Amino acid sequence: MIRKKKCIAMLLAGGQGSRLYALTNKIAKPAVSFGGKYRIIDFPLSNCVNSGIDTVGVLTQYQPLVLNDYIGNGQPWDLDRAFGGVHILSPYQGKHSSDWYKGTANAIYQNIHFIKQFDPDYVLVLSGDHIYKMNYSMMLNFHILNDADCTIAAINVPKEEASRFGILNTEENGVIYEFEEKPKKPKSTLASMGIYIFSAKKLYKYLEEDNNDPTSSNDFGKNILPKMLACGEKMMAYEFKGYWKDVGTINSLYEANMDLLGDKPKFDVSDTSWKIQSRSPLAPPQYLGEDAKSVNSIIMSGCEIYGTVENSVLASDVIIGKGAVIKNSIIMSDTTVGEGAKIEYSIIDERINIGKNAIVGEPESSGKGIAVLGSDIKVEEGAFIEGGKIIDKDFNKGGK
Amino acid sequence: MRAVGIIFSNIHDNNVPELARIRTLGSIPFGGRYRLIDFPLSNMVNSGIDTVGIITKSNYQSLMDHVGSGKDWDLARKDGGVIILPPFGDLESSSLYNSRLEALKGITNFLFRADEDYVVMTDCDSICRLDYNEIVEYHIRNRADITLVYKNRVAEAGEDKETTFDLTGNKITSVNYKAKLSGDVPANVFMNVFVLKRSLLLNIVLDSISHNKSHFIADVVAANLKSMNIVGYEHKGFYAGIKSLQAYYESNLALLDPKVKFEVFGDRSVFTKIRDSAPTKYGNSAIVKNSLIADGCVIEGEVENSVIFRNVKVGRGSVVRNSVVMQNTVLGENCTLNCIITDKNVTVTDRKTLSGCSNHPFYIGKGIMI
Repeated sequence: MIRKKKCIAMLLAGGQGSRLYALTNKIAKPAVSFGGKYRIIDFPLSNCVNSGIDTVGVLTQYQPLVLNDYIGNGQPWDLDRAFGGVHILSPYQGKHSSDWYKGTANAIYQNIHFIKQFDPDYVLVLSGDHIYKMNYSMMLNFHILNDADCTIAAINVPKEEASRFGILNTEENGVIYEFEEKPKKPKSTLASMGIYIFSAKKLYKYLEEDNNDPTSSNDFGKNILPKMLACGEKMMAYEFKGYWKDVGTINSLYEANMDLLGDKPKFDVSDTSWKIQSRSPLAPPQYLGEDAKSVNSIIMSGCEIYGTVENSVLASDVIIGKGAVIKNSIIMSDTTVGEGAKIEYSIIDERINIGKNAIVGEPESSGKGIAVLGSDIKVEEGAFIEGGKIIDKDFNKGGK
Repeated sequence: MRAVGIIFSNIHDNNVPELARIRTLGSIPFGGRYRLIDFPLSNMVNSGIDTVGIITKSNYQSLMDHVGSGKDWDLARKDGGVIILPPFGDLESSSLYNSRLEALKGITNFLFRADEDYVVMTDCDSICRLDYNEIVEYHIRNRADITLVYKNRVAEAGEDKETTFDLTGNKITSVNYKAKLSGDVPANVFMNVFVLKRSLLLNIVLDSISHNKSHFIADVVAANLKSMNIVGYEHKGFYAGIKSLQAYYESNLALLDPKVKFEVFGDRSVFTKIRDSAPTKYGNSAIVKNSLIADGCVIEGEVENSVIFRNVKVGRGSVVRNSVVMQNTVLGENCTLNCIITDKNVTVTDRKTLSGCSNHPFYIGKGIMI
């Protein structure tokens, strides 16, 4: 028997995520923490494993240190395999040429040898910046049953938002006849989720052609898919019904975190039938002190809470001092909030030290937006950070 | 490191028969996410010991599941690492060992094969941080034949007979291995931690086979106080012995004191098996005070002065006070628990009130539904 894989996944994780501002100063977007315990990349990786796909190439480019470290040998996802498993694919120096990844398609093209060594029949292309739980094997079955050349996962979005997405216009049987990138007057509300399954042979062919085309911007959405459609390949839309969120902006990242809260959360990460695996921190259980209060919140191990936490998400090893009040906020790991500090409607990154009685952010009703503090900074005692501000340097009382 | 580690996982099972009936003492859950063996095992890793044998006797499935390949302690090593040593039976004698010496007889091969000069032996009956490296240094510096670690302390709740020492300087001059501890006069109580040369241990074990000795303290230590240099090493840091169910209960709740918690976990170096649980979720009606809560819990009721393990659900209107609630316990709505220890997978249905007493906690066995 020849060793081969039916389907392998290529995960595009090189994006800078510039719309996350200070949160991606030091790390790539897929490594941004989410939901107290996870990093964004845990979702596509866990989906792969839960869908029976055990070979994943992770294409990294921007600030890969934390991401590479986090993925490691893939053991937390059970992806440390002798044949297959998770592989980090960084841009490399070749004999004839060496290049950064010029676009999503170019990133895959440069690693075509990686794909070919598993001789897959199908290649699944994923983005590293979406929060969702999806069984890719159902999508693959759909692709095979329809004898498609390319299948694109799509989700119904509200009509008024449709003009923000890449829209798929399909016939009744799901065959795509037209793409529209951010149309002003959308004909349909079926938005592409940036998840593609290609029959491997077709993928090789179009990547090769795309690479030989000097005018191409080497992007799946802009070049490869329209070209395939124009050449009459069979392209299907696979409709996904479930929770899906592109967390590419501060607001959507905030919303996705808040969707975990509530008695019946919009998105449930504790569901054991579709476990989201992640690299777990080594920390003792969380401690809540005598005067602590924690309501409608998610809190991770290693935290010490002496103040009040409401409608918030706290990652591991966060310390909330006495009398401090955290409301409607996200606090990432190893951050310390001093006594009496107030945090409202904010995203606080890792390893931040917020001084006593400091005030960060203003209520959503102020209309100023979400305050964001980038990692590894200090906020002086008694300082005030306005709502909507993005801070990535030490902040003192004078407001500097 | 010049020492190989040996951990006895079963030896004090009788301390807490309720909890050890279905598992080894070493695999008794502790402190929200740990098991007792995590403490000696982590001490070994943190002291640079990377070859560790765990001696088992019975009921060790949970222990094997917990330790696994040892990767969570970084002990899944090509050279050395952790190895579970099940009881060794041969054709003539089919009965299991009954003493420490007999247990060691069963692992002479392991001891022969190791190439470290020293052996550190410990049991799983205490929560403490020990730097074995320092104890080995102390052993060498004092030209000791055997070094025994002790704690100067009074009796713990429900504690039975213990081994105590009299010392002159640091030399042990007499051993009382059936001492009844007093509640107010402290004594030098043995912590069941030994350091000696591997070659000496092998001699002791081989000699005990030919002379049919079985009791390490009585037949080896007490009998050789004059002929050998047997010294004591005093542990001055935090210590909690798991000597009875009551002591187990109190040691868990002791972690609620921030000072104790810092002493035990402060530098984040107690390793344990990693399990994937979602973060803990607090509902709109949650009230939690002075408690340790592990990951994966859903708290909708009230929790006070308690240690809550992983994946526990506390329903709306339920109240948990002064209790130790182990993994996967599910409390329905409007239940009240006070001074209770629930073992794993316990279910308490709606509107039940259960109460023990702070000096006599009530224990609910694994998997029981009330």
